[in-house]
Amino acid sequence: MPWKPPTPIEVYQLLPKTNCGKCGEPNCMAFAVKLVNFDATVEQCPPLVEDKSYAESLQKLRALLSPPVREVVVKSSKKVVKIGGEYVMYRHELRYMNPAAIAIDVDDSMDKDTILKRVETIEKFEYEYVGRKLKLDLIAVRSVTNDPKQFAKTVQIVAENSSLPLILCSTNPTVIEAGFNVLPQEHRPLIYAATKDNWRDMAELSKRFDAPLAIASPGDLDTLVSLVATLSEGLGLNDLVLDPGTFVGLNGLAYTVKAFTWLRHKAANDLWKYAGYPLIGTPISVWTQLEGDVMDKMWWEAIMATLLMTRYADVLIMHSLDGWVLLPQVMWRFQLYTDPRKPVAVPAGVREIGKPDEKSPVLVTTNYALTYSIVLSDVEKAKVNAWLVVVDTEGLAVDVAVAGRKFTGEKVAEVIKAAELDKKVKYKVLIIPGKAARVSGDVEDATGWKVVVGPMDSSEIGKFIEKMWTEDKLKELIGQ
Amino acid sequence: MSESRQQKKRLDDEKSAKSYAEVAGLLAKIVEALEKGFVELYNIELELDEVELKMPLPVAEALPIPIAVAPPPQKVVEAKPEIQAGVAVAKAVEVIAKKVVELMKMSFEEPKAKFGGKVVEVRMGATKSDGGTRDTVIVLGGHELPPYYYLAGYKPPHPPAFGGDTFDMRIGLPRAVRQAFGDALDNPEEWARVWVKKFGAEAIDIHLVSTDPTIKNASPEEAVKTVDKILQVVKVPIVVGGSGNPEKDVAVFNAVANAFPSEGLVINSLNLDMDLEKVCPNIAKTNAVVIDFSPMSVEKAEEINRKVYTWIPRNRIILDLNIGGIGYGTEYGFTTMERARLGALMGNDLLQHPFNVGAANAWGAREAWMTMDQYWGPKEIRGPLWETLTCVICLLAGADYFMVLHPLTMKVLKSLREYLFSEPKPREPEKALSWLSAKLPVV
Repeated sequence: MPWKPPTPIEVYQLLPKTNCGKCGEPNCMAFAVKLVNFDATVEQCPPLVEDKSYAESLQKLRALLSPPVREVVVKSSKKVVKIGGEYVMYRHELRYMNPAAIAIDVDDSMDKDTILKRVETIEKFEYEYVGRKLKLDLIAVRSVTNDPKQFAKTVQIVAENSSLPLILCSTNPTVIEAGFNVLPQEHRPLIYAATKDNWRDMAELSKRFDAPLAIASPGDLDTLVSLVATLSEGLGLNDLVLDPGTFVGLNGLAYTVKAFTWLRHKAANDLWKYAGYPLIGTPISVWTQLEGDVMDKMWWEAIMATLLMTRYADVLIMHSLDGWVLLPQVMWRFQLYTDPRKPVAVPAGVREIGKPDEKSPVLVTTNYALTYSIVLSDVEKAKVNAWLVVVDTEGLAVDVAVAGRKFTGEKVAEVIKAAELDKKVKYKVLIIPGKAARVSGDVEDATGWKVVVGPMDSSEIGKFIEKMWTEDKLKELIGQ
Repeated sequence: MSESRQQKKRLDDEKSAKSYAEVAGLLAKIVEALEKGFVELYNIELELDEVELKMPLPVAEALPIPIAVAPPPQKVVEAKPEIQAGVAVAKAVEVIAKKVVELMKMSFEEPKAKFGGKVVEVRMGATKSDGGTRDTVIVLGGHELPPYYYLAGYKPPHPPAFGGDTFDMRIGLPRAVRQAFGDALDNPEEWARVWVKKFGAEAIDIHLVSTDPTIKNASPEEAVKTVDKILQVVKVPIVVGGSGNPEKDVAVFNAVANAFPSEGLVINSLNLDMDLEKVCPNIAKTNAVVIDFSPMSVEKAEEINRKVYTWIPRNRIILDLNIGGIGYGTEYGFTTMERARLGALMGNDLLQHPFNVGAANAWGAREAWMTMDQYWGPKEIRGPLWETLTCVICLLAGADYFMVLHPLTMKVLKSLREYLFSEPKPREPEKALSWLSAKLPVV
């Protein structure tokens, strides 16, 4: 049985039922509904957390709402990254929670300048997409020299020059310990990794430094879950992250897909506690498992990252720092972790971009959030002042909306009328998307405005307006 | 201070408080207790010569350096006083019992699948024995489990297949594609030939864009001629795509179906805006397969399939739920495919069809074609990569047939298929962690 959220009633029974409103909701029932939809956390109810008499209820609530895949926290002095905390196998069953954290490696054989340059690139990585800044999350420090001193030195350089939490990578406990010894107290890195050979010492370090521990058992699920049982039930370590092994190509890609799928299935569908931990994938494996030149390896690292992220990986360790490898990863991650239950439409209506006046152009687009955001950013980038007519296409993009008859003259006319746009502009000219060319006649008929078919892609709007939005052209167009 | 650090401190205090003599004394007592036979009864075992200690689980959990192992939980508080004493001893001796833990052996049982539905098998193309002229055919579907689950005893009946896109006239194509095909782009036959001979396309998609009334308005007869030429020059299954104009497509599809009734053509595509009763009966008389197009909607997919069933048998229908390139609606297509496939396997027969993916959509993503700041790399790499990754995502959602625009995507997808359909066992598991300590080129 897959995980099922509790009902609002079940949750309500455990709330204070005082309707005090401190959570920002009018009453406890409304808060209960938010809790079961994961739009709020129990910590947002101050009485529950502060009043000792609710301690038992609080504990019960947390258990009711706790995810089948444990949420593990890694942090630096500046940033906290949560991994796992997942409830479902398929996105549409609820939604995915904590976006897969992407770590880029540095190693202790690199000279200081190289390390600093890499750290800087990782820190500065940023791509703006639908109004969000997409970034990288972690730095994985690898021990290539197997020399504790060298590793400590590297960890120190990274910690001093980066805001990101770390993954300390070595199977040698002495090396890992050396890393901890130079790490500021506020850091809570992920230890990578305990194996069937070193787990006693790694467990000891994990306990001593209160840091989460990855378990690597490549190609052997029995040993993986044996280690989970021993470390969790035997040694009381609960912050674990599982690596069943990332195999590339004919080395066993099929095994990797199988192992990730089975582990997540056992956690989310069977609620089997020994699989109930975040999964870590290592696209960096292509660098040692794959023959070929650097470009090949980068190409396949990109493929492995997308594949692992789509198949349930909660953390990824990568080596390529090139923008073209990482860009599709952060974009796909953003999409994969959006909430499929939430409407993706923005309200219909007329928006002002910049400071439009009576001579500014009128652009038309759909109310699909993505389309709207892209058009908005493109027009802003082109520094054009314009009116933007957002048509209610029920959240569909332009081409789909045209094909599905959701982008019609009538709908455009509705928005124009409601906003009394005809009183605000001098030229009754609408610029519609190139992909809506097919409905230009329909829009003219329904609105009585002149229609100009704009570019196929909104990134061309700037150029388009510059060329056609002149007094002469407009007079020609409306025949004055 | 964290909980475990506090525990550690407590342990240190305890440690210093206890003299070695005390420990020795307690050890003597526990030996005595053991001799009295509590071991068997409560499953506590102490072998002092190896300083090895095993305790039931909850007891172990309560200890700062817990000592693992074994079966049924037994609460210390409920245990007999002698055993409580034993636990006290254990607490004291843990100082010297640090390296005593053994691995708890567990086995990983493979997931149990609970599905009853089956995706229909659809055959693209027809060989001589079926009255056609194709050398190869492609069979899709037949799935009884979600994609790439690898349960023992189940072998997915048909792997995905990959066809190459061609257009019957010059259209705006990304430079990466122009570079790959050169002059062949002016001639769909040559384009198709290059696809099959040089780049290993397993089918050819001919998109008859010139028939669009707002483009060239080429006649259905001209469309038939184009399809005929493609059929002559390559001997793989052919997917015939219209212009997307619902009225014109009806005319074009009717003409093409009538002209080649036994080639096992795939008609791409039918949708709810079309006058289905004007095109389906005609197609039904041939051995052509149709693609039902339902952009990102499971409900609409059910609706169009239900209608098309009126004329065309289920095993001649492929479903296209549409996909957007990464960053542009990919998640909708992905999730719609996952939902539809799970629905199909759980018994919804309106959804039991193989999936088609128009990978070329990936090129619509701005990041696939735009010139960007140098850091993001040349668009000639980003384009094919975008198409490839979009396909990887669809592959994992269970897609069966891919219409591909760039040869590199084709090449990678074929490799990926080989990998995914190999035995799910690592060849060299010991090499999995070699990345940990390898010196890698700094890129």
